[in-house]
Amino acid sequence: MTPALTGADIRGRHLRRRQARDRLMRALLWCSALAAVTPLLLLLMFVVREGLPAFRPSLFTEVPRPLGESGGGVKPAVVGSLIMVGLGTFIGVPIAILAGVYAREYAGSRLATVIRFLIDVLAGVPSITIGLFVYGLLVAPMHTFSGLAGAVALAILIVPTVARVTDEMLALVPRSVREAAYALGVPRWKTIARVVLPSAKVGIATGVVLGVARIAGETAPLLFTALGNRTVSTSLVRPMDALPLRIYVYATGPYRSWHQQAWAASLLLVLLVLGFSLITRLLLRRRAPGPD
Amino acid sequence: MAQDPSAPAAVTEQQAIPLVRGVAFGEQEAPRVSQAATRLDVANLHAYYGARPALRDVSLTVWPNSVTAIIGPSGCGKSTFIRCLNRLHEVTPGARVEGRVLLDGDDIYGAGVDPVVVRQRVGMVFQRPNPFPTMSIFDNAVAGLKLAGIRNRELLREVAERSLRRAALWDEVKDKLHAAGGALSGGQQQRLCIARAIAVEPEVVLMDEPASSLDPMSTLKIEELMRELATSFTIVIVTHNMQQAARVSDYTAFLLAGEERVGELIEYGPTARIFTNPRDPRTEQYITGRFG
Ligand SMILES: Nc1ncnc2c1ncn2[C@@H]1O[C@H](COP(=O)(O)OP(=O)(O)OP(=O)(O)O)[C@@H](O)[C@H]1O
Ligand SMILES: [Mg+2]
Repeated sequence: MTPALTGADIRGRHLRRRQARDRLMRALLWCSALAAVTPLLLLLMFVVREGLPAFRPSLFTEVPRPLGESGGGVKPAVVGSLIMVGLGTFIGVPIAILAGVYAREYAGSRLATVIRFLIDVLAGVPSITIGLFVYGLLVAPMHTFSGLAGAVALAILIVPTVARVTDEMLALVPRSVREAAYALGVPRWKTIARVVLPSAKVGIATGVVLGVARIAGETAPLLFTALGNRTVSTSLVRPMDALPLRIYVYATGPYRSWHQQAWAASLLLVLLVLGFSLITRLLLRRRAPGPD
Repeated sequence: MAQDPSAPAAVTEQQAIPLVRGVAFGEQEAPRVSQAATRLDVANLHAYYGARPALRDVSLTVWPNSVTAIIGPSGCGKSTFIRCLNRLHEVTPGARVEGRVLLDGDDIYGAGVDPVVVRQRVGMVFQRPNPFPTMSIFDNAVAGLKLAGIRNRELLREVAERSLRRAALWDEVKDKLHAAGGALSGGQQQRLCIARAIAVEPEVVLMDEPASSLDPMSTLKIEELMRELATSFTIVIVTHNMQQAARVSDYTAFLLAGEERVGELIEYGPTARIFTNPRDPRTEQYITGRFG
């Protein structure tokens, strides 16, 4: 006959088993977190180590030197990237947010279904295809590669990322919040604009940061649109340089100094994206209502 | 169902009160001119969630300058019923209403009636507190005004304080008006929602279990508020608390869902009569706590 179990026995046994399982799970989670973060840390370390030697003020202030000459910088690429990413974001984000809002808030309508489908398709189109499309759309008719064409290509690229995030973030806003606004006699569009969107703004901003990070590093769509430029150009109707383009050219070139500058430019790109992301976060944190 | 023949008599008496009168605002006792209170006639109301009916053939009159309590077991359609009175039911995807609801004689479901206008006249406090998460306590209290485009700071401050006082919340939040509305306790959030609803001075206020998460003191204050509001407005409350219904309401409607889980109006009449001398045995059973 088995001895009678008391409640304390059962609890004791369960407790030990539960604690053991808890430790195991914790160890597993820790390992997977490590596995996810390791490549990132390695990459950062690598970029810093390789990029630092050429990471000098001249990188920002000088233009590329003629073939084979050492020294010089990537100023045209920095300027071009800032212009094209800025303009692309400026054009693409509002369109993306509107598309995301429509897809979510008018879900069920035919247009919303079409919009969501198009966003998904756009997300799957290779970026080089978008470059070719903009080549046909702008470069060929204007008979010139241009910063404008590059910005438009980047704008198209940022749309699916931001639209999807907007859609998902709006889905997280509880129905009760919308209903609270309706019950006050607030029209639907105003509810969306003044209540629902602000509730989702942190999530949407994170999506914008992701999108900007993505387009800032895109090379393929700029190859046939902005082309690249060895001199500083701020004209939107002339070829324009960009960091990824310059990195591509230098990294595939034969010279050691080019390679060094490619690494330094990569480091700069990483820092720019990181800085943008941090600034956005700080700005959003300060705006949220908090205790006085 | 038994519409009480004595009801119109009671109302005639109330209508003898002059239509313009002063209302005490908390401690200020500021006289205020109010519009004539509004009456609601519900005729053959059916409500559906998709194909499934939730309410069948409800007809009753909500008398002006009175508190009408809706009682009944959980799931009998009380929330569904009051959501039909401000056209909020139709906001739920697939939900549908049949029948008529006359707001001072005009069918709110009539052709060409804008639900936004209906909801400006018929305010609502929800069963679960739903303050706007991105807004401060102050902004929540005057959200209806702000969203309607009112910017006058003086006025907003005044209305915020008055509404928060009436909702018995002022003393607890007056030092942290700019903290987030979501950072309050559940009961405080509910009172904030009450303040928000009455700040826009609707003609009819629907309250879905406004006191279910409140302590006895705040409950008492809210009940006092209902009585006070009833001197100029028309109040409909849903409650599970029989004592509360008996304490605050002038009329009581008892809803019950039968075998097929469709809510029906079992009995409606003056509260005193419903509680002392119900005509339907099911009402008596419910009130005495024998089911539901
Ligand atoms: N969004 C919805 N979709 C489908 N059915 C619903 C929905 N909301 C409520 N119902 C159903 O309608 C019926 C009435 O619900 P309702 O919320 O009106 O009940 P209630 O009387 O307010 O209950 P409680 O006292 O628990 O709040 C229930 O059977 C419920 O399951
Ligand atoms: Mg309910």
